[in-house]
Amino acid sequence: MATNTVNVEELKPHKKVKFWAEAKRQPFLLISSALLLIYGIIFYYVPVLGWVTAFQDYKPAVGFLKSKWVGLAKFQKLFENKTFYLAFRNTLCMGVINLVFHFVTAIAFALLLNEVRIVFAKKFVQTISYMPHFLSWIIVTAIVRDILASDGIVNEFLMNVCGKEMAIDFFAVKGYFWWIVAFSNVWKETGWNAIIYLAAITAIDPCLYEAADMDGASRFQKMWYITLPSLRPTIMILLLINIGNVLNAGFELQYILGNDVISDVSKILDVFILDWGISQFDFSLGTAAGIFKSVIALILVCLGNWTAKKTGDERLF
Amino acid sequence: MAKKNSLKRLHVGDIIFEIFLVVFMLIFVVVTLYPIINTLAISFNDGFDTIVHRIHFIPHQFSTDNYKAVFAKEGYRMGAVNTVARTVLGTLISLVVNAVLAYVISRKRFLFKKSFSLFWVITMYVNGGLIPTYLVYQKLGLTNNFLVYIIPGAASAFNMLVIRNYMNGIPDSLEESAQIDGAGYFKIFYSIISPLCKPVYATIALFVAVYHWNSWFDAMLYNKMHDELTVLQYELMKQLQTAMRSAGSVEGLKNGGTTITPTSIRAAATIVTMVPILCIYPFLQRYFVTGLTIGGVKE
Repeated sequence: MATNTVNVEELKPHKKVKFWAEAKRQPFLLISSALLLIYGIIFYYVPVLGWVTAFQDYKPAVGFLKSKWVGLAKFQKLFENKTFYLAFRNTLCMGVINLVFHFVTAIAFALLLNEVRIVFAKKFVQTISYMPHFLSWIIVTAIVRDILASDGIVNEFLMNVCGKEMAIDFFAVKGYFWWIVAFSNVWKETGWNAIIYLAAITAIDPCLYEAADMDGASRFQKMWYITLPSLRPTIMILLLINIGNVLNAGFELQYILGNDVISDVSKILDVFILDWGISQFDFSLGTAAGIFKSVIALILVCLGNWTAKKTGDERLF
Repeated sequence: MAKKNSLKRLHVGDIIFEIFLVVFMLIFVVVTLYPIINTLAISFNDGFDTIVHRIHFIPHQFSTDNYKAVFAKEGYRMGAVNTVARTVLGTLISLVVNAVLAYVISRKRFLFKKSFSLFWVITMYVNGGLIPTYLVYQKLGLTNNFLVYIIPGAASAFNMLVIRNYMNGIPDSLEESAQIDGAGYFKIFYSIISPLCKPVYATIALFVAVYHWNSWFDAMLYNKMHDELTVLQYELMKQLQTAMRSAGSVEGLKNGGTTITPTSIRAAATIVTMVPILCIYPFLQRYFVTGLTIGGVKE
């Protein structure tokens, strides 16, 4: 026994052999990690250092080091800006609506598709369902614009079938915009988001369904009382992952379809940052708004992680 | 078997459910496909005729002039070249970088395993944001430069994690036996781990390629002043923006006997941009399904 334990110790050299001896054995790992470290610092960490510009009156010609420090003045200017409030509200509302729609539609679609028994039909519908995911948001925006145009299919349907007299100008009414964004997301992503649930459904123990058959459960009952509860862990994890993304409410739809008439509801933080930072050259204000967004997102991620810990579901990081 | 069972215990509810299911799936397929078929029909229809007649599923007056007009445009031609270039180069570079990164991080005996993983995981949650990133790229000379398309996104923590999770599933004994035979870490990566990782490499390659093909924001932000660096999606976006501004106005370009309108050109351009992706994705289904399920379970 005693000799055995010694042997095991010898087989784990990283505990005994000194640091440098081990380092000599992994030149490839060390060199590539060093290069990747430099890359990571330049492209991921240096931009974070750029946050200092939010506390300066940054002038590109003067540079980071010599620009005048203004403390929190830029944040003050930001919080006094009415457009900023609107942009934040819009981003949050669209993000939350998208999140809710994302889950409800993906889960419902996965449950229903799982009930399709003809294998070919199931495969066919699924292949069609995630096709829009691969189209760019530009294409989707173009499609949305054409469908909702005054001579588009939606207006045609409303006038011919529902008996509306006038075509609705969807891009000139404030009440519609968030729902346009929500339904565009549903069209584009439902099939894709359902993939993970369909994969989770295949892992459900078939005994449960057999037992339910014995008890005379209908198909709907089996779906509602077995499949859906079995998806709970998957749903929780994905929900928590996506909470951190709530402020990424999309960009193209708001940027391209948003116009002066509906800008009160269509402007989002990213467009606000682009407007101020790049078009108006107030880099400091743009950075301040960016920091605000990052911090809120980080808080949401931590909150999600904390909730996951509390409820006993798997942690995210 | 299943059919027999269902016949034996037929609930009334089941029939209603079945009917609902069929109707739902039909509507789903039509709603998903209609916009694309409609765009396709408009792209093959004479521009002026599209204004007069409503086009739904099939062209009314067949014409390929819209496509000719698209390919005659300098912007689209340059855009196509750049889009293909960034998709091929960007995917290759990104795949190599992420594979090496995942390999390094997944080695049990790598000296800085913990700290180096943390270094990359942090990048998923904290980023500089639009403006600081812009300023850094400007300083690095990446603005007005093709390299801005392929260098900045090359290493990404998310892609790395997907590959790493896959590599963690490969038994350590393979690496150990190779080491006993005298193979170094590069040799093990190149001849043992990588061949086993082909499925996950394919997944990541697909994700990255689609990302590159669909990107346009970097072209607008960093290379706006250089028309020769444009990409397809950005050209499409510019046309869409013009269409939004001049909504309703019909500016037909008389071109011999046929007419080309902004709408019809845009439809043709849209089809050109989506066709490569639509042709490829059905064949790669099993890869992205694996990728999503691996990627979903972090740590």
